[in-house]
Amino acid sequence: MSKVVDGLYYAKSHEWLKVEGNVGIVGISDYAQAQLGSIVFVDLPEAGAKVTMEAEFGAVESVKAASDLLSPISGNVIATNQAVIDNPELINQDAFGSWLIKIEIANPSEVDQLLSAKDYRFISK
Amino acid sequence: MDTILKTCLYDRHVLLNAKMEPFAGYWMPISYTGIIEEHQAVRNHSGMFDVSHMGEIRVTGKDAIPFIEYVTTNEIQSKPFGKVIYGLILYDNGTCVDDLLVYKVADDELFLCVNASNVAKDYTWIVEHTEGFDVLVKNESDKWSEIAVQGPETEKIVMELMHLDLTDLTFYTFKYVVWDGHLLLISRTGYTGEDGFEIYGDCVAIPLIWDLFQLSGKVLPCGLGCRDTLRFEASLPLYGHEISDQILPIEAGLGSFVKFEKRDFIGKNALLMQKAAGLVHKLIGIELTERAIPRQGYEVFSGDLMIGHITTGYLSISTDKCIANALIDTKYAVLGEPIFVQIRKKMVPGIIRNRQYYKKNYKQ
Repeated sequence: MSKVVDGLYYAKSHEWLKVEGNVGIVGISDYAQAQLGSIVFVDLPEAGAKVTMEAEFGAVESVKAASDLLSPISGNVIATNQAVIDNPELINQDAFGSWLIKIEIANPSEVDQLLSAKDYRFISK
Repeated sequence: MDTILKTCLYDRHVLLNAKMEPFAGYWMPISYTGIIEEHQAVRNHSGMFDVSHMGEIRVTGKDAIPFIEYVTTNEIQSKPFGKVIYGLILYDNGTCVDDLLVYKVADDELFLCVNASNVAKDYTWIVEHTEGFDVLVKNESDKWSEIAVQGPETEKIVMELMHLDLTDLTFYTFKYVVWDGHLLLISRTGYTGEDGFEIYGDCVAIPLIWDLFQLSGKVLPCGLGCRDTLRFEASLPLYGHEISDQILPIEAGLGSFVKFEKRDFIGKNALLMQKAAGLVHKLIGIELTERAIPRQGYEVFSGDLMIGHITTGYLSISTDKCIANALIDTKYAVLGEPIFVQIRKKMVPGIIRNRQYYKKNYKQ
């Protein structure tokens, strides 16, 4: 049974979003990391890149496969997590503690289209 | 949809909580404890694989050797009994039906091990070409289960646990043994670049041997996931990647297993003509100079020009390098030349290199 954290928003494609003011913090769920297995590489955009809700912004890769990352929200990337780029296995150890990118949110109302923790529990069983 | 079959070790895989996936018509374990840990176990200690899905075909009769020399590329006649010979089955146009191991049992008996996904195709192809040869071809795939035990500590562990002397088995040789009342065929072969054995037996013996190894705690169960990372690092080809019905063996760097000087074989004329005309493609190695993972199907560029595609690529577990095999236009196949691999939207730089990513560790 994978862990789901209350108070976050979730995309059907298994990314989580934490909203702090106008900043969105994005990672992948515990369910997603478990499905992927050992993560060996993370491909992230650089600060300044533009991301769009439900569009690919990078990838997390296990030994065997690359899995696209889809942005849960639109905006501009303001930071990427170098610790995770350097040690991708951190995501396997703590998916919710290992954020990938921070986004300056362009359209706050987009969060209404995301799942709550309660709803996400149903699809990540 | 056809039923997906189970090997005789299926229940053990499930009990070990393996990640199972359908492969070549069988439920096969992809990994148990994790691909990286399993890969390292084979490189440094010992690991075992259920490879019962592989196909076994027995060819008997007076013309067994001339016939198999006709339908495969390597030379068998001069080899001693007990030798295992790697070769390829070709179409008339020189592309690959499959690759295989030929076990030379006797003048009138050869045992073939072929890829699981190709058994039906291979068997049909071989039988279709028996005209004029005094041979009997039997598909024995249902009769044989198989485990591969691989890694530097394997010889010692297997001999101790099975109470067998295998020191006389040199690289690419085999023998039959009777073990606990069961007939086994054991060869010093493998698909990892490490020393080890492949053990063929019936569906009673193989689970017994698996349990013996597993309960000893000395041999780690390993899945198809690391089988691929290991064989790739050791530059061993995989059907559907480095060889296929689109690729000539001489383009894939397998020319040493194609013996033009022996008697006629299927595909020979096509290969000679292609050789004379100049080969269009060449299998090369690529090492990326930035961190990214090149995967099968990704396109390779020289400047703006697409020159080929990746056949297998990984962030190599043993070398921590981002490396790949690629089939590219021969004109651009120059060691050290810069290339790019398109990975998602990025053009990632790399150079052309040899395919010896990992030094094979065979016992000669």
